[in-house]
Parts: sequence; C-alpha cells; structure tokens
Amino acid sequence: MDYEALRFIWWVLIGVLLIGFVVTDGFDMGVAALLKVLGKSNDERRVMINAIAPHWDGNQVWLITAGGALFAAWPTIYAASFSGFYIALMLTLFALFLRPIGFEYRAKIDSETWRSRWDWALTAGSAIPALIFGVAFGNLLQGVPFYFDDILRLHYTGGFWALLNPFALLAGVLSLLMIVNHGATYLQLKTEAELKARSEKLSVKLALVCAVIFVLAGVWLFLAVDGYSVTSLIDTNGANRTTDKTVLIIAGAWFSNYAKWPLLWLAPALGVVGFLVCALASKTQRHITAFISSSLAIAMVVLTAGISMFPFVMPSSTTPAHSLTMWDATASETTLMIMFVVACIFVPLILAYTGWSYFVMRGRLNEQHIRDNSHSLY
Amino acid sequence: MDIVDLSRLQFAFTAMIHFLFVPLTLGMAFLLAIMESVYVMTGKTIYRDMTKFWGKLFGINFALGVTTGIAMEFQFGTNWSYYSHYVGDIFGAPLAIEALMAFFLESTLIGLFFFGWDRLNKEKHLAVTWLMALASNLSALWILVANGWMQHPVGSVFNIDTMRMELTSFSEVIFNPVAQVKFVHTVSAGYVTGAVFVLAISSWYLLKGRDLPFARRSFAIASAFGLASALSVIVLGDESGYEIGDVQKVKLAAVEAEWHTHPAPAAFTVFGVPNEQTQTTDYALKIPAVLGLIATRSVTEEVAGISELKEKHLERIIRGQEAYVLMTQYRAGDKSPATINRFNEVSADLGYGMLLTAYTDDVANATAEHIAQAVEDSVPKVWPLFWSFRIMVACGVSMLVLFAAAFWHSAKRTVDKPRWLLKFALFSLPLPWIACEAGWFVAEYGRQPWAIGEILPTHLAVSQLSVSDIWFSLGTIVVLYTIFVIIEMWLMTKYARLGPSSLHTGKYDLESPATVKEA
Repeated sequence: MDYEALRFIWWVLIGVLLIGFVVTDGFDMGVAALLKVLGKSNDERRVMINAIAPHWDGNQVWLITAGGALFAAWPTIYAASFSGFYIALMLTLFALFLRPIGFEYRAKIDSETWRSRWDWALTAGSAIPALIFGVAFGNLLQGVPFYFDDILRLHYTGGFWALLNPFALLAGVLSLLMIVNHGATYLQLKTEAELKARSEKLSVKLALVCAVIFVLAGVWLFLAVDGYSVTSLIDTNGANRTTDKTVLIIAGAWFSNYAKWPLLWLAPALGVVGFLVCALASKTQRHITAFISSSLAIAMVVLTAGISMFPFVMPSSTTPAHSLTMWDATASETTLMIMFVVACIFVPLILAYTGWSYFVMRGRLNEQHIRDNSHSLY
Repeated sequence: MDIVDLSRLQFAFTAMIHFLFVPLTLGMAFLLAIMESVYVMTGKTIYRDMTKFWGKLFGINFALGVTTGIAMEFQFGTNWSYYSHYVGDIFGAPLAIEALMAFFLESTLIGLFFFGWDRLNKEKHLAVTWLMALASNLSALWILVANGWMQHPVGSVFNIDTMRMELTSFSEVIFNPVAQVKFVHTVSAGYVTGAVFVLAISSWYLLKGRDLPFARRSFAIASAFGLASALSVIVLGDESGYEIGDVQKVKLAAVEAEWHTHPAPAAFTVFGVPNEQTQTTDYALKIPAVLGLIATRSVTEEVAGISELKEKHLERIIRGQEAYVLMTQYRAGDKSPATINRFNEVSADLGYGMLLTAYTDDVANATAEHIAQAVEDSVPKVWPLFWSFRIMVACGVSMLVLFAAAFWHSAKRTVDKPRWLLKFALFSLPLPWIACEAGWFVAEYGRQPWAIGEILPTHLAVSQLSVSDIWFSLGTIVVLYTIFVIIEMWLMTKYARLGPSSLHTGKYDLESPATVKEA
C-alpha cells in the first residue's frame, strides 16, 4: 500500500470515527437534551437517563477516539482546528464536563432542586456540543482565517464572534436538531406508553424540519458560499508540502466532486430520504426503522460535508495556499500504516463488544422498573 | 503573565486535578475485581456487597476522572498546537491507540459493571470487572508511553521538509525504557492509592465499631494488596531513579541538588536547603555513596553535577544555533549540498538552538548574553524538585510502614484492637495523593525547559493565542473544577459515612428507616 492510498484510507477512517460519534453519542446527547422537553416527571426523566446510562460513556469514546485519531493521522489539522477554534472548543469542553458527573451524581441525593440542576447541566452538556460541532463544520465550509509562519507555526487571525455567521448557525441548528431527533428515535425503542408516544410525535416533526434545513443549507452553499480548488499539482505520494500549493476560491467549487462523480449525489439524497423515512416510520410506530433511518440520515449529512470539501479539510480564507488538505497535512507514511493496522484490529473488536453490551441491556424501561431499583439505577 | 506561563499553568492545573482521580481508578478497579473474585469463589454475598459498595465510591471518583480527562486530550491541540504539529506524528499514535485499545473497553464495560448485575451471570459479570480493571491499566500504559517519549524521545527523526519529528521505529517508542519504568511505577502508585482509600475508610468503621465483618474483610484485602503494591512502588521507583540517571541527567542533578560533579560514588542528600545563589546546599545531611548506587548501579561512575551539565549545554546551544540558522536558510530555498550536509551534522542540537528563540527573534545574531541566559535556563529550578521528591519518598515510606503493620494485624486477626493502627490508617488517607502529585511534579517540572526532551522547548510549543483567551479558559476551568471537586468530596464523604447501608440490602448497621430515607 502506498502513501496516497493510506492518506485516502485515513480520510475515510476519520469519517467513520466522526460518523460513529454522531450515530452513537448522538442519540445519548439527544436524549439528555430532551430531558426537560419530554420528561414530565422525575420517574420519566429517570427512564430516559437509564435508557442511556449503561452506554453513554462508551459512546463518548467515539469522540475521544476521533480526537486521538485526528492527532495521530492529521497532526497539523488537529493542531490548527483545535487552536483556531479555541473559544468554541473551550465552550464545548465546559459543556462536556457536565455529562459524566451529571449522569453519575444526579440520583445520589434525594432532592428536587439537586436533580433539576443536574437535568439542566445534562441538557446544556449535550445540546451545546451538538450545536458547536455544526457551527464548526459550517465555518470549515466557508474557510477560516489562518496562515503558517516560516517554521509552520499556526497563526489564527479571526475571532470567536465571526464564527457565528448565518450559514454556520444554520449548520449548527441542523446539527443540534438531527441529534435531538436521533435521541427521540432511541427513546421510541427504549421506552413505553406516554413517553414513547411523545417521542414519536416529536420525531415526526423534527425529522421533517431536518430534511428541510439540510436541503436549504445545500441550496445556500450552492448559491452563496464559495468553494476552494487546488490549481497546482499536489504530490499525493510525497512528503507534506502544506504551504507550497496554489489554491483558488471559486464559486460552486464545493459541487465539483459531484459533477465529476455523479454517483456521489447518493450521499445527500440518502440524507434527505433518511429523514423522510424517519418521519414516516415514527408516525407509523416502526421504531427500529425510525432509529436506523435517523442513523443513516445523520451519517449522510456528515459524509455530504466531507465529500463537498474533499480533498480540503480546513481551507484558509485569508491565505488559501496554506489550506489544509487530506493529501498534504497528514502524518508520515509509517504512522499512517501503523495506525491503519491498529484500527483494522480494534474497530471490529469495539463494534463486537459494544454490540454485546447493547444486547445485554436490551429491552424497554418503564417507571415501575425505576421505582423497584431506585437505589442501584441512575 | 504571557501565553507560555498561562498555557503551562492551565496544563499543570488540569493535569494535576485529573491525576487526583486516575490513581484511585487504577487501584480500585483491581480491588473490586479481587473482591468480586472472592464472591464468585466463596459464594458469600458480603463480598458482592463489598464490590457494590466500594464500586459506588469508585463510580463517584470515575465520573470526575472522565470529565477531567476530556480536557487533557483536547488541550494538546487547543493550547499546544505547535507541539501537536511538531511531534503529533509520534505522540498522537499512543493516544489514539489508548482510546481504541483501552478506553473504549473500559468505558463500555463500566456500564455493564454498574447495570449488569441482574443481567449477567456471576462469571460473566466477574469477567466484565476484570476486563475493566485490565483496560484501565492498559490506558495507563499507552498514556505513559506517550509521556515517556516526551521525557526521552526515541525512535524518531527530524524532517526538515515537513518541519517536524517523524516516527522511525514504533517498537522503540513502546519499549522506551523510561516509559516502561514509568508505567510500572505509576500503576503501582495507583494500587497503593486504592488500597489506602479502602484501608482508611474501613478503619473508620472499625474505630466506630460499625459493620465490623464488612470492614474487617475490606481491611484485610486492602492491607495485603497495599503491602505488595507499596513494596513494588518503591522498588520500581528506585528503578526509575536508575533510568533517569541514565537518560535524564539534568533532572537527576536537580532532584538531588548535585550542584557539581563529585568523585564517584556520589553521596545522597537526605535533607538540606538548596541555595540557587551560591549553588550549594545549606545544612546538607549526606549519606555517602548511596546516590551513586541508585543512579549508576556502580561505585565508580560519577553522577553529573549541574555546573558540568551547563558547560555541555553551552556547547550544544552554540551548535544548535548553527543548526537553526541552516534550517532557516534551507526553508528559505537554499538547498545546496553544503547546507544540507552541515545541517545533518549539527541537527541533533537543533532543539538547543531553539532555546535561543525565547530571548531573541534573530537567532543568527544572538549575543553572548542571550546564550548565557539560555544556558542558565537549561536546568530547572532546584528547590521545587528537591523538596517534592523528598515529600513523595517520605509519603511512600510512611505508607509502607502502615501496610506492613496493617497486614501483620490482619494476618493475626487482631485489626480491631490496636486503635493507633486504625487512626494511623485513617489519617494516612491524604498521603497517596500527596505522593502522586509530588511525583508527577518531579517528572514534569523536572523536564523543563523542554516540552519534548532536548527536541522542542516548552516556550515554542504553545498555540499563538491571545492572553485574554487563555485567561478566560483558565479562569473558567479553575471555577468549574473547584465546584466539581467540592461536590465530589462531599458525595464521597456522604457515601463513605453511610457505608454498606447505602446499598439498601437491609443487612447493615445504619439501615434504620431514617437513614434509609436520607440516601
């Protein structure tokens, strides 16, 4: 396998990890964000929390792994994106702080105020990251202001508030709503009676709204967001020459991959179809279909963004030549190879024992079960 | 304070708080596995209750370990972006492998550990607990492989075209001797922490005369596990001293306040007051030959002193200055064979040349004063290292004595009687944390001025952020962590006071209706 193939494989693998994160951690974030929306009583909220209690921690490791893989496979991109989006990342971090302790500590004290505070902490801890990840993608699609100096130190020249532009906010809203909807489809699978009915009703609405926003964002991207295009030859098999290329900002460039390979239109199309099927399945109480179609839809949303930008990952709006692509901002061939082997061994293992843990904890939860096991459950 | 000071402060704060929770997780995970094994082998439910109760406390601790751990992984990118770019090719791999191989397993199984009691049979649940314990230790292995590489960067080479370090041998990185001794020393310290925790709280029940069978059994397991761990932490710590003497001579000299090289074998300074001005240690109490034995395993080899090390640093900084200048020329387009050949000759000292960038932007024309200052700062301050090392060792020895006494009385089945022992155990509760934090400080502060030993200076490794950005993040983190730690300690105390009664099995001493309601 040559360097070029490994670089492409790692673009795919980073995508797989990000999709793994939104599909798994996405539903527990969605459930937590809905605590105050769908849970009408403490017992109902405990049903919701305990539906995700055995799994949220493992799910969150998809995020940790995506971060670690970014560090190992795309070190310069990891460095540039994390330090460039500093304040946004810090806000995400502060929000994520609240989740582990929220889940663990909420049921440890029998007090209404105590629980209510943790409910808000869990809501914020799950909704804020979902929103910010979308905003970050929205900004990547528009390019962000940065350049490298002569020893390749990154200088980010934008501020935090500039990240909150209309297109990025739309992407953020899409990200938040699709994750919340994903949580609602999981609740359809794991709860009973009224809670289940409320989740179904919410999913019907949310999935349709997501489909509309996704299409809207696509149209906006086509009409008003300029893409980037590499006009020099990149040596996809050679050492990174991150700053030695020429890049042009061209209207419609984000659609050039679709023009070149029309089959790629399947990704956004399946995204829209996924949301629509999810709405329909929720309406007709086909819970498994609703959850799977929601998973498919959000996976396709991530994939669509990735394909549009390919091979770019983090374009520079102020010094386009310094844009980071998946060809010239990667780890060395040795590291990519080692990490590829490690991923081939461990990703299937992870899927196997994660699947087993869901199998062990299978079945619906109800309020009676919570009351019967009040001291051992969250 | 500038961005370098603030970034360091933030990293130190987040890492030290994170490291309050990690050692307890490492130790408790094995103690839980041992307790549950006894339950499965004997069928006595009291051991299941022990696993569940100590598991509750484990869970309260684990949650903050996860919370503070996320910050650690994000921070390399957010605050140390040049570091991430410069060494990510090597450093990122163990972190990613840690997540894939260990943290995934641990986090998935912890859900089954807490919620799988009724859904798994005894043997399967026990397997889950053991795998969780193994995974937490495997996590520590990969994290310390990464940290060991920062201390002693092996298996890698500088690539002038990509302007970073690149991996040449992954097996050298894994089998880095510094990483290996660090791993065993650190996990043993974790086991000691878990053992002191269980021993101290059990002693409190024994002092109060509460839940005696439960407390005695917990005490017995903790004392045996603790004695073995305390012995290994000290033996392996000594091994760590030998490794440092071999590859991190500066750290050793600073820890031991060896101002000058003395004729072999070097004496060990038990106590004294290091004086930076006079470069001597006042009121020093020395034991002849001991340091030489620890650091070199011989009576004929010298232990290098600080002033002699600085002389070597001066030479390397001058060569490094040349390397830095050649590197800049090359990157500006001068790719002549002469430049490349000369660069390759001096490139091993490039990091030393980078030290100069702290004092001047124009490295080529650095003055003698700049160079002298770089030499001066090439060795960390002595007194913080000298003292934190001695605090760590004193705590370690004290805990060894505690476990020896506890094990003795536990074996003789007389743990209830010597109240001094129970009080000693109770008041030893903070010791493992003090020792762990002091040990971490020695390892990390002792590496200064380097982020990556002799490769990348700390001041260059930071992200180019604004001071106000870091004040915002540091301030928020300090406030949030303080609140979290207060809540955690309050919950921990509450549940430790309730004891096994918090399980609501109806079998334990405090389960009068009033207390049941409280929980």
